[in-house]
Amino acid sequence: MSRTVLQLLRAEGPMAPEEIAERLGISRDEAAAEVKRLHDEKVILGYRTVVNPEKLGEDTVVAIIEVKVTPQREVGFDAIARRIYKFPEVRTCHLISGDYDLLLLVEGESLRQVASFVAEKLATLEHVHSTTTHFLLRKYKEDGVILHDEDESERLIISP
Amino acid sequence: MSEPSNQPSQRVSRVVADLPPSGIRKFFDLVIGREDIVSLGVGEPDFATPWRICEAAVYSIERGRTSYTSNRGLMALRNAIAEYLDTRYGVNYHPATDICVTVGVSQAIDIALRAIVNPGDQVIVIEPCYVSYKPMAILAGAEVLVLPTFARDKFQPDLERLESLVTPRTKALMICCPNNPTGTTYARSTLEGLAEMARRRDLLVLSDEVYAELTYEGEHVCFASLEGMRERTIFLSGFSKAFAMTGWRLGYLAGPRDVVEAAVKIHQYSMMCAPIMAQYAAIEALRDGRREVEAMVAAYNERRHVITRGLNRIGLPCILPQGAFYAFPSIAHLGLSSEQFCLELLAQTNVAVVPGNAFGECGEGHVRCSYAASIEQIRTALDRMGDFVGTLRPLERAAAR
Repeated sequence: MSRTVLQLLRAEGPMAPEEIAERLGISRDEAAAEVKRLHDEKVILGYRTVVNPEKLGEDTVVAIIEVKVTPQREVGFDAIARRIYKFPEVRTCHLISGDYDLLLLVEGESLRQVASFVAEKLATLEHVHSTTTHFLLRKYKEDGVILHDEDESERLIISP
Repeated sequence: MSEPSNQPSQRVSRVVADLPPSGIRKFFDLVIGREDIVSLGVGEPDFATPWRICEAAVYSIERGRTSYTSNRGLMALRNAIAEYLDTRYGVNYHPATDICVTVGVSQAIDIALRAIVNPGDQVIVIEPCYVSYKPMAILAGAEVLVLPTFARDKFQPDLERLESLVTPRTKALMICCPNNPTGTTYARSTLEGLAEMARRRDLLVLSDEVYAELTYEGEHVCFASLEGMRERTIFLSGFSKAFAMTGWRLGYLAGPRDVVEAAVKIHQYSMMCAPIMAQYAAIEALRDGRREVEAMVAAYNERRHVITRGLNRIGLPCILPQGAFYAFPSIAHLGLSSEQFCLELLAQTNVAVVPGNAFGECGEGHVRCSYAASIEQIRTALDRMGDFVGTLRPLERAAAR
């Protein structure tokens, strides 16, 4: 019933080997070796900070874009996906089942910037059939993290 | 004018008047109004009840399910409990006759004791233990015999000493495993020894297993699953600890048909039934709450290591607890009683822990530190406790001389 080193880092971000060792009841060396292995084998690719954009006061615009594409012989969806995800505006790119093929998260400084990316770059690509753009209004929960403050329950200070 | 409080009131029952107040009661008054308290004094999860469970209760209210239930509890809940006990611990209880849903485990303990105790019967409790066992047994009319356990034995009961307590009037033994306040679990061999004695000396066993899901090393052994124990055990458990549902007040007992029947008789007259919303919540907990339980258990497990290493580091010797969410370090070498230690610690550092003697005389020399608190809170508490222990070192030397 204990978390693995990976589960711990995934949930809570980078951590000193001493800290990992204490949390999981293992030795410092075991913890350090496992962290090294996870990095060496590229299981862990990096660490990010989860930010609440509302508190940051940053006015970036995020669009969720559904893209219909035509898969190509031999390379399937990979070639067109690659062509799309290489743009730095594309923060996320998933191939999904259902009515459309690719789901993108595109970020820009303004509505105009995102719109022009869609109109000039994305929609004009060969093999891209159609796009549907949804502008993000509010984030409630991201990657398992609830973004608004929840009330803390008041427990008794002492109870049996 | 009311009577002076130190005069025992003539109007109060002698049995109740003679009951000692809970050892943690005085801390309630002390902590009121204080701010910046870091509490390791809490006997409940610091997690809110998992949302799916809350949502099920809300839905039950929306559908207008606000009535009494059958005395024994909703059949659907008893079915879920029976299935859970079977798949998880390999014990079989018939949902129609062998299970009663109660208002927390505390009520289950109460009606179980009242169901079996005749005036003059003896009940053995193994201390340190939960604060209510002894008073409940006394209120049920029993004479209570105490088996103390000690850190040097990792708080395992000494079976020979236990056997020497048993008389022809001894009716039952109460056990709590994993244990509040020590965090101990009993070795399988110990449990089998207890079972063997129960068979030989014809004892009933009240087995409080409310912390069973919070077992960190090895598998929990359900006492009723041991040879011949299904017919001698009153299994007591509830939803408070594993599912973080303390405020819902929902527990249950399971046992031999005649005993459960008797307990239900008391339950129907004194309580009628457990609240229906909580029962619907509990069905959801058993049906679909496993993932949330596992996440909470993993979190407690990490805190367990952090607090145990931390306590030992600051000079409070502590064995690694195997279950529940309590560490029970020794403070005996510091020259203060458990109660003095807790009062001073609170006064000087605003850290709340519970004196070990609240859980029985043999808990003296220990304090109970709950690790149902965030890692940050645990670390802050440990830092402050470390400073406090540092100030006591001269006293410790004086005591040694």
